[in-house]
Amino acid sequence: MVPQFARGHRLHQDKARKRWVILAPERVFEPDEIAVEVLLLVDGVRTVDQIVDTLAEKFAAPREAIKVDVAAMLADLHDRQVLAG
Amino acid sequence: MTTQIMTGSLPDTSPPPPVGLLAELTHRCPLRCPYCSNPLALAEQAAELTTADWARVFQEAADLGVLQLHLSGGEPAARHDLVALVRHAAQAGLYTNLITSGVMLDAARITELAEAGLDHVQLSVQDSEPNSADRIAGFPGGHARKLAFARLVTSAGLPFTLNAVVHRQNLDRLDEIVALALELGAKRLEVAHVQYYGWALLNRDHLLPTRAQLDTASDLVAHAQTLHRGRLTIDYVVPDYYATEPKPCMGGWGRQVMVVNPAGRVLPCHAAESLPGLVFDTVRDHSLAHIWTYSEAFLAYRGVAWMRGACQGCPKAEQDWGGCRCQAFALTGDANVTDPACRLSPDHHLLDVAVQRATAPIGNFTYRERAGTKKARG
Ligand code: SF4
Ligand code: SF4
Repeated sequence: MVPQFARGHRLHQDKARKRWVILAPERVFEPDEIAVEVLLLVDGVRTVDQIVDTLAEKFAAPREAIKVDVAAMLADLHDRQVLAG
Repeated sequence: MTTQIMTGSLPDTSPPPPVGLLAELTHRCPLRCPYCSNPLALAEQAAELTTADWARVFQEAADLGVLQLHLSGGEPAARHDLVALVRHAAQAGLYTNLITSGVMLDAARITELAEAGLDHVQLSVQDSEPNSADRIAGFPGGHARKLAFARLVTSAGLPFTLNAVVHRQNLDRLDEIVALALELGAKRLEVAHVQYYGWALLNRDHLLPTRAQLDTASDLVAHAQTLHRGRLTIDYVVPDYYATEPKPCMGGWGRQVMVVNPAGRVLPCHAAESLPGLVFDTVRDHSLAHIWTYSEAFLAYRGVAWMRGACQGCPKAEQDWGGCRCQAFALTGDANVTDPACRLSPDHHLLDVAVQRATAPIGNFTYRERAGTKKARG
Protein backbone atom coordinates (compact mmCIF):
# COMPACT_ATOMS: atom_id res chain seq x y z
CA MET A 1 0.00 0.00 0.00
CA VAL A 2 1.24 3.48 -0.93
CA PRO A 3 -0.08 6.20 1.41
CA GLN A 4 -0.46 9.71 0.07
CA PHE A 5 -1.92 12.99 1.20
CA ALA A 6 -5.49 13.73 0.22
CA ARG A 7 -5.83 16.72 -2.13
CA GLY A 8 -5.91 19.91 -0.08
CA HIS A 9 -3.77 18.44 2.72
CA ARG A 10 -0.05 18.77 3.22
CA LEU A 11 2.73 18.72 5.75
CA HIS A 12 4.27 22.12 6.30
CA GLN A 13 7.24 23.34 8.28
CA ASP A 14 5.92 26.12 10.49
CA LYS A 15 9.16 28.01 10.99
CA ALA A 16 7.65 30.83 13.04
CA ARG A 17 6.50 28.34 15.69
CA LYS A 18 9.31 25.79 15.22
CA ARG A 19 7.03 22.84 14.52
CA TRP A 20 5.47 20.81 11.72
CA VAL A 21 1.78 21.15 10.91
CA ILE A 22 -0.71 19.53 8.59
CA LEU A 23 -2.52 22.17 6.57
CA ALA A 24 -6.07 21.19 5.63
CA PRO A 25 -9.23 22.96 4.47
CA GLU A 26 -10.08 25.47 7.21
CA ARG A 27 -7.98 23.50 9.66
CA VAL A 28 -4.45 23.14 10.95
CA PHE A 29 -3.47 19.89 12.71
CA GLU A 30 -0.39 19.56 14.87
CA PRO A 31 0.98 16.03 14.49
CA ASP A 32 3.11 14.58 17.30
CA GLU A 33 6.81 13.90 16.75
CA ILE A 34 6.32 10.31 15.67
CA ALA A 35 3.60 11.26 13.22
CA VAL A 36 5.93 13.87 11.74
CA GLU A 37 8.63 11.24 11.20
CA VAL A 38 6.13 9.08 9.33
CA LEU A 39 4.52 11.88 7.35
CA LEU A 40 7.90 13.15 6.16
CA LEU A 41 8.17 9.82 4.37
CA VAL A 42 4.69 9.95 2.83
CA ASP A 43 5.36 11.01 -0.73
CA GLY A 44 2.91 8.99 -2.79
CA VAL A 45 5.78 6.73 -3.91
CA ARG A 46 7.03 4.89 -0.82
CA THR A 47 5.01 1.88 0.34
CA VAL A 48 4.07 1.34 3.98
CA ASP A 49 6.72 -1.40 4.15
CA GLN A 50 9.40 0.96 2.88
CA ILE A 51 8.36 3.60 5.41
CA VAL A 52 8.59 1.02 8.20
CA ASP A 53 12.03 -0.13 7.00
CA THR A 54 13.34 3.43 6.90
CA LEU A 55 12.09 4.21 10.39
CA ALA A 56 13.33 0.91 11.84
CA GLU A 57 16.77 1.75 10.54
CA LYS A 58 16.70 5.41 11.59
CA PHE A 59 15.64 4.66 15.16
CA ALA A 60 17.39 1.27 15.43
CA ALA A 61 14.10 -0.18 16.65
CA PRO A 62 12.42 -3.57 16.07
CA ARG A 63 10.59 -3.58 12.77
CA GLU A 64 7.45 -5.30 14.08
CA ALA A 65 6.87 -2.69 16.79
CA ILE A 66 7.33 0.14 14.32
CA LYS A 67 4.98 -1.52 11.89
CA VAL A 68 2.17 -1.60 14.45
CA ASP A 69 2.64 2.09 15.31
CA VAL A 70 2.82 3.20 11.70
CA ALA A 71 -0.28 1.23 10.72
CA ALA A 72 -2.31 2.71 13.58
CA MET A 73 -1.18 6.20 12.76
CA LEU A 74 -1.89 5.91 9.06
CA ALA A 75 -5.36 4.53 9.82
CA ASP A 76 -6.08 7.46 12.10
CA LEU A 77 -4.99 10.03 9.51
CA HIS A 78 -7.02 8.19 6.92
CA ASP A 79 -10.12 8.47 9.10
CA ARG A 80 -9.54 12.19 9.41
CA GLN A 81 -9.30 12.37 5.60
CA VAL A 82 -5.75 13.70 5.77
CA LEU A 83 -4.51 10.74 3.77
CA ALA A 84 -6.20 9.28 0.70
CA GLY A 85 -6.06 6.04 -1.22
CA MET B 1 -21.24 58.32 20.03
CA THR B 2 -17.49 58.29 20.34
CA THR B 3 -15.53 55.16 20.93
CA GLN B 4 -12.91 55.23 23.57
CA ILE B 5 -9.79 53.53 22.37
CA MET B 6 -7.39 51.99 24.81
CA THR B 7 -4.37 54.23 25.09
CA GLY B 8 -1.16 53.70 26.96
CA SER B 9 2.29 52.39 26.22
CA LEU B 10 3.12 50.29 23.17
CA PRO B 11 3.69 46.60 23.75
CA ASP B 12 7.25 45.57 24.54
CA THR B 13 6.75 42.00 23.37
CA SER B 14 5.23 40.81 20.12
CA PRO B 15 1.94 38.92 20.32
CA PRO B 16 1.93 35.33 19.01
CA PRO B 17 1.79 35.50 15.21
CA PRO B 18 -1.46 35.20 13.25
CA VAL B 19 -2.36 31.88 11.59
CA GLY B 20 -4.67 33.26 8.92
CA LEU B 21 -4.77 36.11 6.46
CA LEU B 22 -8.01 37.08 4.78
CA ALA B 23 -7.15 38.97 1.60
CA GLU B 24 -10.10 40.90 0.23
CA LEU B 25 -8.68 41.29 -3.25
CA THR B 26 -11.52 43.47 -4.51
CA HIS B 27 -14.98 44.60 -3.53
CA ARG B 28 -16.19 44.13 -7.10
CA CYS B 29 -18.74 41.34 -7.47
CA PRO B 30 -21.49 40.66 -10.01
CA LEU B 31 -23.77 39.35 -7.25
CA ARG B 32 -25.71 41.58 -4.88
CA CYS B 33 -26.33 39.47 -1.76
CA PRO B 34 -28.35 41.44 0.79
CA TYR B 35 -26.15 40.09 3.61
CA CYS B 36 -22.80 40.73 1.91
CA SER B 37 -20.01 41.07 4.47
CA ASN B 38 -18.37 43.90 2.53
CA PRO B 39 -18.77 47.36 4.05
CA LEU B 40 -21.54 49.69 2.92
CA ALA B 41 -18.87 51.94 1.37
CA LEU B 42 -17.31 49.62 -1.22
CA ALA B 43 -13.72 50.24 -2.32
CA GLU B 44 -13.24 51.53 -5.87
CA GLN B 45 -11.24 49.51 -8.38
CA ALA B 46 -8.78 52.41 -8.74
CA ALA B 47 -7.91 52.12 -5.04
CA GLU B 48 -7.07 48.39 -5.20
CA LEU B 49 -3.60 47.08 -4.43
CA THR B 50 -1.49 45.97 -7.40
CA THR B 51 -0.24 42.44 -8.12
CA ALA B 52 3.20 43.43 -6.80
CA ASP B 53 1.69 44.86 -3.59
CA TRP B 54 -0.16 41.62 -2.90
CA ALA B 55 2.89 39.49 -3.71
CA ARG B 56 4.85 41.43 -1.10
CA VAL B 57 2.01 41.14 1.42
CA PHE B 58 1.83 37.36 0.93
CA GLN B 59 5.57 36.98 1.49
CA GLU B 60 5.39 39.17 4.60
CA ALA B 61 2.49 37.11 5.86
CA ALA B 62 4.37 33.84 5.42
CA ASP B 63 7.46 35.30 7.13
CA LEU B 64 5.30 36.49 10.01
CA GLY B 65 3.89 33.00 10.58
CA VAL B 66 0.62 33.01 8.64
CA LEU B 67 -0.19 29.48 7.47
CA GLN B 68 -3.42 29.85 5.55
CA LEU B 69 -4.42 32.52 3.07
CA HIS B 70 -8.05 33.07 2.20
CA LEU B 71 -8.48 34.86 -1.11
CA SER B 72 -11.78 36.61 -0.91
CA GLY B 73 -13.66 39.67 -2.08
CA GLY B 74 -16.12 40.74 -3.40
CA GLU B 75 -15.48 38.18 -6.07
CA PRO B 76 -11.74 37.46 -6.20
CA ALA B 77 -12.04 36.27 -9.81
CA ALA B 78 -12.98 39.84 -10.78
CA ARG B 79 -9.21 40.41 -10.51
CA HIS B 80 -7.57 39.58 -13.85
CA ASP B 81 -4.37 38.67 -12.01
CA LEU B 82 -5.95 36.01 -9.79
CA VAL B 83 -3.83 33.17 -11.20
CA ALA B 84 -0.65 35.21 -10.69
CA LEU B 85 -1.72 36.02 -7.13
CA VAL B 86 -2.27 32.34 -6.34
CA ARG B 87 1.15 31.53 -7.76
CA HIS B 88 2.80 34.19 -5.57
CA ALA B 89 0.98 32.89 -2.50
CA ALA B 90 1.93 29.29 -3.20
CA GLN B 91 5.57 30.28 -3.75
CA ALA B 92 5.53 32.01 -0.38
CA GLY B 93 4.46 28.65 1.10
CA LEU B 94 0.96 29.69 2.07
CA TYR B 95 -1.99 27.31 1.97
CA THR B 96 -4.34 29.03 -0.45
CA ASN B 97 -8.11 28.90 -0.18
CA LEU B 98 -10.23 30.61 -2.81
CA ILE B 99 -13.55 31.94 -1.52
CA THR B 100 -15.70 32.48 -4.58
CA SER B 101 -19.21 32.86 -5.91
CA GLY B 102 -18.12 30.68 -8.83
CA VAL B 103 -19.83 32.70 -11.56
CA MET B 104 -16.71 34.21 -13.14
CA LEU B 105 -14.43 31.19 -13.57
CA ASP B 106 -14.38 28.89 -16.60
CA ALA B 107 -12.67 25.52 -17.02
CA ALA B 108 -9.46 27.01 -18.43
CA ARG B 109 -8.99 29.41 -15.54
CA ILE B 110 -9.79 26.73 -12.95
CA THR B 111 -7.10 24.51 -14.45
CA GLU B 112 -4.65 27.42 -14.35
CA LEU B 113 -5.49 28.06 -10.70
CA ALA B 114 -4.93 24.42 -9.82
CA GLU B 115 -1.59 24.44 -11.63
CA ALA B 116 -0.60 27.67 -9.90
CA GLY B 117 -0.88 25.83 -6.57
CA LEU B 118 -4.38 26.54 -5.31
CA ASP B 119 -5.11 24.20 -2.39
CA HIS B 120 -8.84 24.49 -1.82
CA VAL B 121 -12.01 26.17 -3.08
CA GLN B 122 -14.90 27.44 -1.03
CA LEU B 123 -18.00 27.99 -3.14
CA SER B 124 -20.94 29.95 -1.80
CA VAL B 125 -24.55 29.16 -2.71
CA GLN B 126 -27.58 31.24 -1.79
CA ASP B 127 -30.13 28.41 -1.73
CA SER B 128 -30.83 24.96 -3.18
CA GLU B 129 -33.82 26.13 -5.20
CA PRO B 130 -32.54 27.95 -8.33
CA ASN B 131 -35.15 30.72 -8.52
CA SER B 132 -34.85 31.54 -4.86
CA ALA B 133 -31.05 31.40 -5.04
CA ASP B 134 -30.98 33.82 -7.96
CA ARG B 135 -33.44 36.18 -6.28
CA ILE B 136 -31.39 36.26 -3.06
CA ALA B 137 -28.16 36.82 -5.01
CA GLY B 138 -29.84 39.46 -7.19
CA PHE B 139 -28.22 37.73 -10.18
CA PRO B 140 -30.38 35.79 -12.67
CA GLY B 141 -28.82 32.53 -13.84
CA GLY B 142 -26.17 32.56 -11.15
CA HIS B 143 -27.16 29.33 -9.43
CA ALA B 144 -26.85 27.23 -12.58
CA ARG B 145 -23.39 28.69 -13.16
CA LYS B 146 -22.36 27.79 -9.61
CA LEU B 147 -23.38 24.17 -10.14
CA ALA B 148 -21.37 24.01 -13.37
CA PHE B 149 -18.42 25.58 -11.56
CA ALA B 150 -18.58 23.00 -8.76
CA ARG B 151 -18.36 20.18 -11.29
CA LEU B 152 -15.36 21.79 -12.98
CA VAL B 153 -13.61 22.20 -9.63
CA THR B 154 -14.12 18.53 -8.82
CA SER B 155 -12.88 17.39 -12.22
CA ALA B 156 -9.78 19.58 -11.77
CA GLY B 157 -9.12 17.47 -8.65
CA LEU B 158 -9.48 20.39 -6.25
CA PRO B 159 -11.21 19.75 -2.94
CA PHE B 160 -14.03 22.09 -2.18
CA THR B 161 -16.28 23.25 0.59
CA LEU B 162 -19.82 24.35 -0.08
CA ASN B 163 -20.75 27.41 1.95
CA ALA B 164 -24.44 28.07 2.39
CA VAL B 165 -25.43 31.29 4.11
CA VAL B 166 -28.75 30.56 5.78
CA HIS B 167 -31.59 32.77 7.01
CA ARG B 168 -35.35 32.88 7.22
CA GLN B 169 -35.84 32.73 3.45
CA ASN B 170 -33.91 29.49 2.81
CA LEU B 171 -33.52 27.69 6.14
CA ASP B 172 -36.54 25.47 5.46
CA ARG B 173 -34.60 23.90 2.57
CA LEU B 174 -31.55 22.93 4.64
CA ASP B 175 -32.15 19.24 3.87
CA GLU B 176 -31.94 20.04 0.14
CA ILE B 177 -28.80 22.08 0.72
CA VAL B 178 -27.16 19.08 2.42
CA ALA B 179 -28.26 16.89 -0.51
CA LEU B 180 -26.77 19.42 -2.93
CA ALA B 181 -23.41 19.33 -1.13
CA LEU B 182 -23.36 15.54 -1.37
CA GLU B 183 -24.41 15.52 -5.01
CA LEU B 184 -21.71 18.02 -5.96
CA GLY B 185 -19.02 16.01 -4.18
CA ALA B 186 -18.15 18.64 -1.56
CA LYS B 187 -16.04 17.30 1.29
CA ARG B 188 -17.28 19.98 3.67
CA LEU B 189 -20.46 21.97 4.07
CA GLU B 190 -20.46 25.18 6.05
CA VAL B 191 -23.92 26.18 7.16
CA ALA B 192 -23.31 29.79 8.08
CA HIS B 193 -26.01 31.88 9.66
CA VAL B 194 -26.02 35.49 8.53
CA GLN B 195 -24.08 37.80 10.81
CA TYR B 196 -25.78 41.11 11.25
CA TYR B 197 -23.66 44.11 10.48
CA GLY B 198 -23.33 46.22 7.36
CA TRP B 199 -25.67 45.10 4.56
CA ALA B 200 -27.16 42.30 6.63
CA LEU B 201 -28.15 44.71 9.38
CA LEU B 202 -30.07 46.75 6.81
CA ASN B 203 -31.92 43.55 5.85
CA ARG B 204 -32.22 42.01 9.29
CA ASP B 205 -36.01 42.07 9.39
CA HIS B 206 -36.10 40.00 6.18
CA LEU B 207 -33.45 37.53 7.21
CA LEU B 208 -33.63 36.59 10.89
CA PRO B 209 -34.96 33.03 11.20
CA THR B 210 -37.74 32.10 13.60
CA ARG B 211 -37.06 30.02 16.70
CA ALA B 212 -39.04 27.12 15.19
CA GLN B 213 -37.00 27.23 11.97
CA LEU B 214 -33.81 27.30 13.94
CA ASP B 215 -34.71 24.33 16.14
CA THR B 216 -35.68 22.24 13.11
CA ALA B 217 -32.45 23.19 11.36
CA SER B 218 -30.28 22.37 14.38
CA ASP B 219 -31.87 18.91 14.68
CA LEU B 220 -31.45 18.32 10.97
CA VAL B 221 -27.77 19.23 11.08
CA ALA B 222 -27.12 16.95 14.06
CA HIS B 223 -28.77 14.07 12.21
CA ALA B 224 -26.95 14.77 8.92
CA GLN B 225 -23.59 15.04 10.69
CA THR B 226 -23.98 11.49 11.99
CA LEU B 227 -25.48 10.11 8.82
CA HIS B 228 -22.74 11.42 6.50
CA ARG B 229 -19.72 11.02 8.79
CA GLY B 230 -16.57 10.26 6.82
CA ARG B 231 -18.14 11.55 3.61
CA LEU B 232 -19.26 15.09 4.34
CA THR B 233 -18.15 17.23 7.27
CA ILE B 234 -20.83 19.74 8.27
CA ASP B 235 -19.81 22.87 10.17
CA TYR B 236 -22.61 24.63 11.94
CA VAL B 237 -22.80 27.24 14.68
CA VAL B 238 -25.92 28.46 16.46
CA PRO B 239 -26.60 32.04 15.36
CA ASP B 240 -25.88 34.79 17.85
CA TYR B 241 -29.45 36.02 18.03
CA TYR B 242 -30.47 32.75 19.65
CA ALA B 243 -27.27 32.15 21.58
CA THR B 244 -26.66 32.58 25.29
CA GLU B 245 -22.90 32.62 25.00
CA PRO B 246 -20.98 34.76 22.52
CA LYS B 247 -18.54 33.32 20.02
CA PRO B 248 -14.84 34.12 20.26
CA CYS B 249 -15.12 36.38 17.22
CA MET B 250 -12.12 35.86 14.86
CA GLY B 251 -10.61 33.70 17.62
CA GLY B 252 -10.16 36.87 19.64
CA TRP B 253 -9.35 40.35 18.37
CA GLY B 254 -5.79 40.46 17.02
CA ARG B 255 -5.01 36.87 18.06
CA GLN B 256 -5.42 34.67 14.99
CA VAL B 257 -6.35 36.54 11.85
CA MET B 258 -5.49 39.65 9.87
CA VAL B 259 -7.72 41.05 7.15
CA VAL B 260 -6.29 43.16 4.32
CA ASN B 261 -8.96 45.05 2.43
CA PRO B 262 -8.80 45.89 -1.30
CA ALA B 263 -7.17 49.27 -0.62
CA GLY B 264 -4.53 47.73 1.65
CA ARG B 265 -5.93 48.73 5.02
CA VAL B 266 -5.29 46.04 7.63
CA LEU B 267 -8.22 45.13 9.87
CA PRO B 268 -8.55 42.81 12.87
CA CYS B 269 -11.93 41.63 11.47
CA HIS B 270 -13.61 42.14 8.10
CA ALA B 271 -16.33 44.31 9.66
CA ALA B 272 -13.97 46.41 11.79
CA GLU B 273 -14.43 49.46 9.58
CA SER B 274 -17.99 49.65 10.91
CA LEU B 275 -16.53 50.71 14.27
CA PRO B 276 -16.10 54.45 14.68
CA GLY B 277 -12.85 55.93 15.85
CA LEU B 278 -10.47 53.11 14.94
CA VAL B 279 -7.43 54.03 12.87
CA PHE B 280 -6.22 51.38 10.44
CA ASP B 281 -2.70 51.16 9.05
CA THR B 282 -2.07 50.19 5.46
CA VAL B 283 0.35 47.78 3.85
CA ARG B 284 1.48 50.70 1.68
CA ASP B 285 3.04 52.33 4.77
CA HIS B 286 4.05 49.46 7.05
CA SER B 287 4.96 45.79 7.04
CA LEU B 288 2.37 43.28 8.23
CA ALA B 289 4.66 42.40 11.15
CA HIS B 290 4.75 46.02 12.29
CA ILE B 291 0.98 46.36 11.94
CA TRP B 292 0.28 43.12 13.80
CA THR B 293 2.33 44.27 16.78
CA TYR B 294 1.79 48.01 16.86
CA SER B 295 -1.30 49.05 14.91
CA GLU B 296 -3.64 51.03 17.14
CA ALA B 297 -6.63 49.14 15.73
CA PHE B 298 -5.12 45.77 16.72
CA LEU B 299 -4.15 47.03 20.18
CA ALA B 300 -7.61 48.49 20.84
CA TYR B 301 -9.30 45.21 21.81
CA ARG B 302 -6.45 42.71 21.97
CA GLY B 303 -6.43 40.78 25.24
CA VAL B 304 -8.64 41.63 28.19
CA ALA B 305 -7.39 45.04 29.37
CA TRP B 306 -10.17 46.92 27.49
CA MET B 307 -12.97 44.94 29.15
CA ARG B 308 -15.49 46.52 31.44
CA GLY B 309 -18.79 45.54 33.02
CA ALA B 310 -19.77 41.88 32.85
CA CYS B 311 -16.62 40.82 31.02
CA GLN B 312 -14.18 42.34 33.48
CA GLY B 313 -12.81 39.51 35.58
CA CYS B 314 -15.23 36.97 34.04
CA PRO B 315 -13.78 33.43 34.00
CA LYS B 316 -14.72 33.16 30.31
CA ALA B 317 -12.84 36.30 29.32
CA GLU B 318 -9.91 34.43 27.76
CA GLN B 319 -12.16 31.91 26.04
CA ASP B 320 -14.66 34.09 24.19
CA TRP B 321 -12.70 37.37 24.46
CA GLY B 322 -15.94 39.22 25.17
CA GLY B 323 -17.55 38.21 21.89
CA CYS B 324 -17.85 40.39 18.82
CA ARG B 325 -17.00 44.12 18.94
CA CYS B 326 -18.87 44.84 15.73
CA GLN B 327 -22.02 43.18 17.04
CA ALA B 328 -21.73 45.03 20.35
CA PHE B 329 -21.53 48.30 18.44
CA ALA B 330 -24.26 47.41 15.93
CA LEU B 331 -26.73 46.61 18.71
CA THR B 332 -25.84 49.10 21.43
CA GLY B 333 -23.92 51.91 19.74
CA ASP B 334 -20.95 51.21 22.02
CA ALA B 335 -18.14 48.96 20.81
CA ASN B 336 -16.68 48.62 24.32
CA VAL B 337 -19.49 46.71 25.98
CA THR B 338 -20.09 42.98 26.38
CA ASP B 339 -21.46 41.35 23.22
CA PRO B 340 -25.26 41.25 23.70
CA ALA B 341 -25.16 37.59 22.59
CA CYS B 342 -23.92 36.87 26.14
CA ARG B 343 -26.69 36.18 28.63
CA LEU B 344 -24.71 38.19 31.20
CA SER B 345 -24.92 41.32 29.05
CA PRO B 346 -27.41 43.95 30.25
CA ASP B 347 -28.30 44.34 26.56
CA HIS B 348 -29.12 40.66 25.98
CA HIS B 349 -32.84 41.46 25.57
CA LEU B 350 -32.05 43.47 22.41
CA LEU B 351 -31.70 40.18 20.54
CA ASP B 352 -35.24 39.12 21.48
CA VAL B 353 -36.55 42.51 20.46
CA ALA B 354 -34.90 42.14 17.05
CA VAL B 355 -36.29 38.62 16.60
CA GLN B 356 -39.81 39.83 17.38
CA ARG B 357 -39.51 42.72 14.95
CA ALA B 358 -38.29 40.49 12.13
CA THR B 359 -41.57 39.73 10.42
CA ALA B 360 -41.10 41.61 7.16
CA PRO B 361 -42.65 39.83 4.19
CA ILE B 362 -40.43 38.05 1.70
CA GLY B 363 -38.91 40.39 -0.87
CA ASN B 364 -37.95 44.04 -0.56
CA PHE B 365 -34.30 43.39 0.14
CA THR B 366 -31.92 46.26 0.12
CA TYR B 367 -29.42 44.69 -2.25
CA ARG B 368 -25.73 45.33 -1.99
CA GLU B 369 -24.75 48.01 -4.50
CA ARG B 370 -22.10 50.61 -5.00
CA ALA B 371 -23.42 54.05 -4.09
CA GLY B 372 -24.89 55.69 -7.17
CA THR B 373 -25.64 52.44 -9.04
CA LYS B 374 -29.06 51.65 -7.62
CA LYS B 375 -30.81 48.89 -9.51
CA ALA B 376 -34.39 47.68 -9.27
CA ARG B 377 -35.29 45.93 -6.04
CA GLY B 378 -36.33 42.29 -6.17
S1 SF4 C 1 -21.71 37.98 -0.35
FE1 SF4 C 1 -22.61 37.93 -2.40
S2 SF4 C 1 -22.41 40.06 -3.16
FE2 SF4 C 1 -21.01 39.87 -1.38
S3 SF4 C 1 -19.06 39.31 -2.29
FE3 SF4 C 1 -20.07 37.39 -1.74
S4 SF4 C 1 -21.16 36.76 -3.63
FE4 SF4 C 1 -20.60 38.93 -3.86
S1 SF4 D 1 -19.41 38.40 30.37
FE1 SF4 D 1 -17.96 38.75 28.70
S2 SF4 D 1 -16.28 37.31 29.07
FE2 SF4 D 1 -18.01 36.65 30.36
S3 SF4 D 1 -19.08 35.11 29.13
FE3 SF4 D 1 -20.07 37.09 28.68
S4 SF4 D 1 -18.98 37.92 26.89
FE4 SF4 D 1 -17.73 36.24 27.72
